[in-house]
Amino acid sequence: METIFGLDALMLARIQFGFTVSFHFIFPALSIGLASYLAVLNGMYLWTRDESYLRLFKYWLKIFAISFAMGVVSGIVMAYQFGTNWSVFSDRAGPVIGPLMAYEVLTAFFLEAGFLGIMLFGRERVGNGLHMFATLMVAVGTVISATWILSVNSWMHTPAGFAMNEAGQYVPENWWEIIFNPSFPYRLAHSVTAAYLTTAFVVGGVGAWHLLRGRSGNAGVRTMFSMAMWMIVVTAPIQAVLGHEHGLNTYEHQPVKVLAMEGHFRSYEDGIPLILFGIPDQEAGEMRHALEIPRLGGPILKKGWNGSLDGLDTVPDELEPPVAPVFYAFRVMVGLGVLMIALGVWGLAARLRGTLYDATWLHRAMLAMGPSGFVAVIAGWLTTEIGRQPFVIYGELMTADAVSPLGTAAVAASLVAFIVIYFAIFGAGIVYILRLMGHAPELGERGVRAEPGPIRTAGVTPAPQLGEGSRGAQHPAE
Amino acid sequence: MLDLTTAWALLLAFAVFVYVVLDGFDLGIGILYPFFPKKRDRDLMMNSVAPVWDGNETWLVLGGGGLFAAFPLAYAIILPALYPPIIAMLLALVFRGVAFEFRWRAVRPRTKVYWDWAFIGGSVLAALCQGIALGALLQGIEVDGRAYGGGWWDWLTPFSLLTGVSVVCGYALLGACWLNLKTEGDFQLRVRELARRFAVATVAGIVLVSLATPFLDAGFFDRWLSWPQILIVAPVPVLVAALAGALWVSITRDNLDWLPFVLAIGLFVMCFVGLGISMWPYVIPNSVTLEEAAAPYESQLFMFVGAAVLVPVILIYTGYAYWVFRGKLDPDDGYH
Repeated sequence: METIFGLDALMLARIQFGFTVSFHFIFPALSIGLASYLAVLNGMYLWTRDESYLRLFKYWLKIFAISFAMGVVSGIVMAYQFGTNWSVFSDRAGPVIGPLMAYEVLTAFFLEAGFLGIMLFGRERVGNGLHMFATLMVAVGTVISATWILSVNSWMHTPAGFAMNEAGQYVPENWWEIIFNPSFPYRLAHSVTAAYLTTAFVVGGVGAWHLLRGRSGNAGVRTMFSMAMWMIVVTAPIQAVLGHEHGLNTYEHQPVKVLAMEGHFRSYEDGIPLILFGIPDQEAGEMRHALEIPRLGGPILKKGWNGSLDGLDTVPDELEPPVAPVFYAFRVMVGLGVLMIALGVWGLAARLRGTLYDATWLHRAMLAMGPSGFVAVIAGWLTTEIGRQPFVIYGELMTADAVSPLGTAAVAASLVAFIVIYFAIFGAGIVYILRLMGHAPELGERGVRAEPGPIRTAGVTPAPQLGEGSRGAQHPAE
Repeated sequence: MLDLTTAWALLLAFAVFVYVVLDGFDLGIGILYPFFPKKRDRDLMMNSVAPVWDGNETWLVLGGGGLFAAFPLAYAIILPALYPPIIAMLLALVFRGVAFEFRWRAVRPRTKVYWDWAFIGGSVLAALCQGIALGALLQGIEVDGRAYGGGWWDWLTPFSLLTGVSVVCGYALLGACWLNLKTEGDFQLRVRELARRFAVATVAGIVLVSLATPFLDAGFFDRWLSWPQILIVAPVPVLVAALAGALWVSITRDNLDWLPFVLAIGLFVMCFVGLGISMWPYVIPNSVTLEEAAAPYESQLFMFVGAAVLVPVILIYTGYAYWVFRGKLDPDDGYH
């Protein structure tokens, strides 16, 4: 088989899909959370008429606009990549998943796109009420979009409700079973919560940055930090529970993936250990330098302290996923999840002691954790997607049989183009987002179309001048 | 009798047509950028489409997603066959899409110019690739079993380059007519001059493509030039000529700013009808019919129920979004 740098067309196509979808998902992860956050901010402004909420709305709206645009353009790439690179999969699975994706376009993409313009530019033209409606529609659209695409993704993990026709296509038998396939509710809850948590860490990280810069007099800064800390302390533990339930569901339907996540190369008769860390050696079929807690693995899988388990040694080699990336990625996700819960508790403690806005170490930790949501989300996706290999439709269609009949050179060229262009374009976008975040929300925050200019150099303005608004008076000492 | 497969073919044709008209005029703005070097003019042009471009591009996703869902076999053959132009189009749309936001975030004038060029390059390349893809589809795709069977450069021919350039000109015409609708004064006069030039180029493109198409394949030839078929299809070129004449006159008039845009859309409608005559009942000319590529009845029905309800709703709120931002633009908008 023709290869480039030891990679054949199949591997290149997999890398290209993994790369473009990972890059893409960073933006929806933020857009889903920010759209809802913006709806809350706008609603709070209309309800309380507190200008600091409007200020925050305009501040985050500019960041949302950039993030959303990057999500849209990288998403269009995804819509066509099924056909360009996975044409056999498209032909065979199209009758089942195609309609779900068409519904995503009809119910979500148009809704978001149709009302985005009004949300961004239309407040003066349509008035506060309709503008609020548009903002809500955008937020609802992001969640509907997630619902459909996660249904598609879940069907590929836990296919249900289908038959096969004489052309070898999967054809629908029961739409209800297809849409609400066994892993869908768990994946949906876990993924949407992840998006909210990711956004909370971004918002909290930005708030922490400004608090560390001595801007605790800015009502907007305080409000965003406080809201983020509330969100984290509530959502992070919920996410741990959801993640655990998702894992149990995975063990029921894709046990091999869970074996790879837990690093269980061997079987156990009486008591399953919990392997904390180690270096998986798939060739030898063992976990090297394993650090494990005896028997704790059993209760986690609902098998009791004396449970037994069939390990990867009972699975044919050619049906095993690559264990190491799954094992490591899972640990990154869980580790970050634990840190998130800890940070939420820390924030609550600081709030109860009345030191939320001047606990410097809390702010430093929050700033460091600002991007943690993105890392956890990508690690989670790597876990679940690599973990279902070698299948693309679990138990049904092998990834190797799903790929387009493309030449290695063609895929290599497109992959290089994607990598170069994505890093350049989205790198610039991230710089612009960070630059916006570097300025504190200020009185008379400008709209989306306003350009960077001298007024925006908020860093040199003394903090008390920025601290207008009703809440400023309550914290004269800050 | 209108069966479900036919209904889906018509619905997809409608989605692609709406895409071509809507994203056509906003890609056209990018194509026209080089003619307006001043920053103030460029800001105005971009603001004329900023609230709507995202919705416009969604029709492209519906076209791709709908093809995937209703005719998966066609999707699985056409996209690998057109791999280079499709990937290039997607990357071009990336450049163009982010330029809408990044242009306003660039601090140094130099970087702003880079994003202007990303906008121009992205718009021209996306339009060119769409035209090339159309030409490559029309000239035929080699099919082997249920997959593409040709080579990697099959799509690149003089004919596909001709359709590519024609689409660029057509989009520029739509863009100019849109700007004629949205602007006033000196700027509008310059736009009209460009509209006239691109109207000539577009009509020339239509004529050349129409003359070349019957000679691509005997099937096309029979459809257009055999007796008595020629009587049925004759109104198409006649209407194109009438629309082209009316467009020329309307661009020089001062009173009805919306008319050139409507007439330009009319030209695109006739091109679409012509394409339909050439391709029907095939989805890949002379190798795969719509019927052969169709998804099972259950798949088409499930989607059609939703589409029948949702497409009208989408048209209503999309229309509303356009209505909100109606009227002439204020050149000072965005300078507050």
